[in-house]
Amino acid sequence: MDLRYSPEQQVFEKEVREFTRENLDPNVARKVLEGCRLEREDFLSWHRALHKKGWVGVGWPKEFGGTGWDATQQHIFDEVTADAGAPQLIPFGLRMVAPVIMNFGNKAQQDYHLPKILSGENWWCQGYSEPGSGSDLASLKCKAERVGDHYIVNGQKTWTTLGQHADWIFCLVRTSTDGRQQEGISFLLIDMKTPGITVRPIIMLDQEHEVNEVWFDDVKVPVENRVGEENKGWTYAKFLLSHERTGIAGVGRCKRIVKRLQNVATKALANGKPLIEDVRFRDRLAQVEIDLRALEITLLRVLDAEREKRQPGPEASLLKIKGSEIQQVLTELTMMAAGPAALPYVREGDNGAPDVAWLSDEAFRYATGHYFNFRKTSIYGGSNEIQRNIITQLVLGL
Amino acid sequence: MNFSLTEEQTALKDSIGKFLERDYTFDDRWKVIKSPEGWSRAHWNQLAEIGLMALPVAEADGGLGGGGVDTMVVMEQIGKGLVLEPYLGCVVLPAALIRAAGTEAQRASLCEGLASGETLYAFAHTEPGQRYERASVALTATPKGDGYELSGKKISVLGGDCADVLIVSAKVPGDTVPSLFLVPAAAAGVTRHAYPMQDAQRGADIEFSNVAVGADSLLGARGTSQAAIDYALDVACAALCAEAVGAMTELQKITIEYLKTRKQFGRALGTNQALQHRAVDMLMHVEMSRSMALEAAVSVENPDAAARAKAISGAKTLISKACRFVGQNAVQLHGGIGVTHELNTSHYFKRLTMISVTFGDSDWHLARYGDALLAAA
Repeated sequence: MDLRYSPEQQVFEKEVREFTRENLDPNVARKVLEGCRLEREDFLSWHRALHKKGWVGVGWPKEFGGTGWDATQQHIFDEVTADAGAPQLIPFGLRMVAPVIMNFGNKAQQDYHLPKILSGENWWCQGYSEPGSGSDLASLKCKAERVGDHYIVNGQKTWTTLGQHADWIFCLVRTSTDGRQQEGISFLLIDMKTPGITVRPIIMLDQEHEVNEVWFDDVKVPVENRVGEENKGWTYAKFLLSHERTGIAGVGRCKRIVKRLQNVATKALANGKPLIEDVRFRDRLAQVEIDLRALEITLLRVLDAEREKRQPGPEASLLKIKGSEIQQVLTELTMMAAGPAALPYVREGDNGAPDVAWLSDEAFRYATGHYFNFRKTSIYGGSNEIQRNIITQLVLGL
Repeated sequence: MNFSLTEEQTALKDSIGKFLERDYTFDDRWKVIKSPEGWSRAHWNQLAEIGLMALPVAEADGGLGGGGVDTMVVMEQIGKGLVLEPYLGCVVLPAALIRAAGTEAQRASLCEGLASGETLYAFAHTEPGQRYERASVALTATPKGDGYELSGKKISVLGGDCADVLIVSAKVPGDTVPSLFLVPAAAAGVTRHAYPMQDAQRGADIEFSNVAVGADSLLGARGTSQAAIDYALDVACAALCAEAVGAMTELQKITIEYLKTRKQFGRALGTNQALQHRAVDMLMHVEMSRSMALEAAVSVENPDAAARAKAISGAKTLISKACRFVGQNAVQLHGGIGVTHELNTSHYFKRLTMISVTFGDSDWHLARYGDALLAAA
């Protein structure tokens, strides 16, 4: 029993830190650390730097061009790069559709798609939720009718994160209405340039354009773009969801935010004294730091179980709930630390400068926007109530 | 990083597990509770045979040299079985004090009886009018002749009912830092008022009136014991964290079983979503606690006292809260039967409640953690 990194892991940690220092664009790092909006190119420049090093396929097996890292190395990579201000690698290709293609796709799909996901040439987005199918995902209606060697897709997907940048979308579509609703779903890979696809922005409460509606109007998709068997898509969909469970906790990013919050609480003044001397604020900060440490060790336990090929225990299912709760507390605390600076609605001008000139402290500029934005974390990826239903069934057996 | 137990640790866990299955049923336990001593010497000897008393004693002092993780393994089992024998009070805590404060010669001589289980020690520290503060000691040790005379009162002494030797924190007038004295419980001027505690463990309030002790009764050097006291209480907190995890895990299991079997409105209680989600929240508290008990166990040996204090207070904060959440909700989900004596639910609830307020509650440890944040800022 030992929570420390082994000497080899420490060497690896150092290597990642040095690589990040040398290859992460300082302007991108600044934007991440200050919480600015990131453009497509900001994500991709980091992606390409990692690809050149052979480090982009985190969690991928070596045979597909992955790093072959074990779970602990993946955690170290996440923690070190997040700390330095690296943008999150967009998960839809790398962490979501890629494992599905590896496990259930055919050779042609693997040969075509996986290298383009690795290189960053193709940006993927996720076509799961629909207006009438949120938590009850299996009730989805977006229809794919088989006509010769094509499917004709009609319907609507929603909450499509960064779909405005995407080259491809993976979609759950209804191919049958017989029997249980789970048994009539298929998994399609669709080129976003196909005629009949329309992407419309959804402006969120922070007035940012992060998610979209995607409309399909007689969209022709070749049958060879179906992954696995027809009507077996629900199995692949669930595989995908479970595969990203450990990533969604966001421990690396949370550790960065805590560090920043501590720094802020030391600088910001309340009654002429550093905010951290205010016992009420300090209690909140201490509590969230403790909760985050508990989450981190729990994550390490899950990763260790995976490394040892033991079945992860109940702890795995809890990561999403705790991770999202902690992220929300952290963004809320940062807003509270801002005090009156939480009030102005701050936009980035074309030159990247904020439009509220007096709000000089970059830590507070976007604090309130982030607080609003992060309410999504307990809703997406299966709401926390759905997660509790899953744990009820699969772990508690009730 | 490694989350596996060694073969020895697994064997230790299994031995205690077997002992609990064989000798620690609800009825057996209740019989022991009603006995005059409130715990069983026969059980004590069995635990000593497994090696529990020698476990936290250094090899150089004739023990097994177990560390924080070994203690964690034992304490989890003790929590699971609601063990009454005063292992924390009479072994874990005094062993840590003697290890940290004793001279080489003292360690060797004191540890012999400790490691065999023949001599029971207890740490008499908390005083009336105090809560969890660790440094304020009012009991005085006045130099007299070649030795000292102790006067004052200690309360809520774990194992104070049965200890042969008391390790007493005291201040010599003029000193700013407390000293530790070894005082035979049978010494003239020592009066104990023993009592059962809420969870059926035993403790005592102890009065010292002009108790004469020799200079050789000082454990370590005079006026230097604060670091040893902090260390030993941190060790005890880590042990309590592990005990809590053992008890919570068992209580969670019992509660889920009840939700599956108890029927109302023609169906099992556990089919109600309100109760399901509460049960999931309990599980989350248990698993987060398991992680933090681990953090506490490995931090016990951290030579950086500030880092140790922060880690252990973090763990005790989270686990004290979890004790209350899991305990209260286990009772709530059981309904009326949960507040009766006849089911062990209430017994786990009581022990968890006592753990949450022993050696610092969640507020106290959160403040201590916050102090560490402030010091680092």
